[in-house]
Amino acid sequence: MSEPLLTIADLHAFYGESHALHGMSLDIREGEVVTLLGRNGAGKTTTIKSIMGVMGRRTGSIRYRDQELIRLPSNAIARLGIAWCPEERGIFASLDVRENLMLPPPIKAGGMPVEEIFALFPNLRERLRSQGTKLSGGEQQMLAIARILRTGATLLLLDEPTEGLAPVIIQQIGRVIRTLKERGFTILLVEQNFRFAATVADRHYVVEHGRVIDMIENSELAQKTDRLQEYLGV
Amino acid sequence: MFELLGIPPQALFGQLLIGLINGAFYAMLSLGLAVIFGLLNIINFTHGAQYMMGAFVAYLSLTHLGLAYWWALLLAPIAVGLFGILLERTMLHRLYKLDHLYGLLLTFGLALIVEGFFRNQYGSSGLPYSIPAELRGGYNLGFMFLPTYRAWVVVASVIVCFGTWFVIERTKLGAYLRAATENPTLVQAFGVNVPRMVTLTYGFGVALAAFAGVMAAPIYQVSPLMGANLIIVVFAVVVIGGMGSILGAIVTGFGLGVIEGLTKVFYPEASNTVIFVIMAIVLTIKPAGLFGRAT
Repeated sequence: MSEPLLTIADLHAFYGESHALHGMSLDIREGEVVTLLGRNGAGKTTTIKSIMGVMGRRTGSIRYRDQELIRLPSNAIARLGIAWCPEERGIFASLDVRENLMLPPPIKAGGMPVEEIFALFPNLRERLRSQGTKLSGGEQQMLAIARILRTGATLLLLDEPTEGLAPVIIQQIGRVIRTLKERGFTILLVEQNFRFAATVADRHYVVEHGRVIDMIENSELAQKTDRLQEYLGV
Repeated sequence: MFELLGIPPQALFGQLLIGLINGAFYAMLSLGLAVIFGLLNIINFTHGAQYMMGAFVAYLSLTHLGLAYWWALLLAPIAVGLFGILLERTMLHRLYKLDHLYGLLLTFGLALIVEGFFRNQYGSSGLPYSIPAELRGGYNLGFMFLPTYRAWVVVASVIVCFGTWFVIERTKLGAYLRAATENPTLVQAFGVNVPRMVTLTYGFGVALAAFAGVMAAPIYQVSPLMGANLIIVVFAVVVIGGMGSILGAIVTGFGLGVIEGLTKVFYPEASNTVIFVIMAIVLTIKPAGLFGRAT
């Protein structure tokens, strides 16, 4: 089994005085798609923000390849090859679709060419001159994923990419994630919808009260569905 | 010679030109304020003092170093811009997450300190700064006399304003600036060094004020209070254009300068208040300003 690409150990994170992560530990291997599953407020998004360096105070360890990230600013973390697609999508209203797409600076060679991005997300090509926030929710989500593929980043942090989207768009995003996995991207995916997660992921971490309480291989999911539903309260 | 509403053309076009000149300064200053407010969320009350510092750098570099106007036009923005960068790095950057009021109070205090220092050193009366030899004289247009230096001020400010607008609205750097104005956390998480960009943006906005100060030196004389007299009107221009709006700052800067000039011709008693009357009307009808986005 390959060495972990990202290893989080005993991670604590805080929103002001509020203690949000209580000793989060997990690892992700190169080329894997791993999900963080859990109820609202469990600490999934906080974990992603902590990796990306956009949380206020963090302690513990986040190692990416041989680099400790815990003290790095977010721009330095991005330049190591980690890209973030936030939950609220972060499409810029003052930029058109093309500007939104081209905004993240390339951080290393090997980013996906724009033509390939359009092959994955054909809708975007037709909307290049539209204001970013005039797109539909699904198109905005596609744009938010598309723009981080150009940069050469190889670890993608996708925060609830299916939230609030129609089933047909969710299926399209599922196809895109599987394609990205085939192309060698490593993906950490935050999801509430475990049925969607099961279609794309290799492993699932279950998060509760700011720490991992279980890890389920996707191949075991069928046998452990009841347990997972209990964790998620569904 | 023809008359318009009983006004001789020399008076009309003369005031129109003065309005355009004032508008050029309003536009350059409010543009700097808009750029700074957009990215830093700071209402930069030091802007008038920085404009005055630009004029003083021109005056001092001429009297002490013998450097002519054209050198001052280059050196003053750099020197005062570096002063701005020092302010941003040591003080302003602590205020970004606080209410606007804190930035306003700090920059207002800094303006008083800077103006007090210059008044202490150089007195309150205006110091002469002559028009460079290349820009003396003027053109007789038939209906009015156009002084070369004033034409240069209008043309140069249009170029500077258009250049700034172009960089912000049409280039990759401008896209970073606009995006960071909306969501600096995300732009930084894309790998952009946002704190450095913020510092340089403040330096640029301040440099723009200093550039305007050098341009103003031969017209208004160099005085420690030259910025304080102008800054209130410039803030009114920014509010009318829409806080943080680049195009708004430019268009309303020139437009209000012209309106003020025309008011001097047709109803001189109102010329000092017309901009504030317009501000009150605009705030009543469109609180975000003519070009601002409602939040």
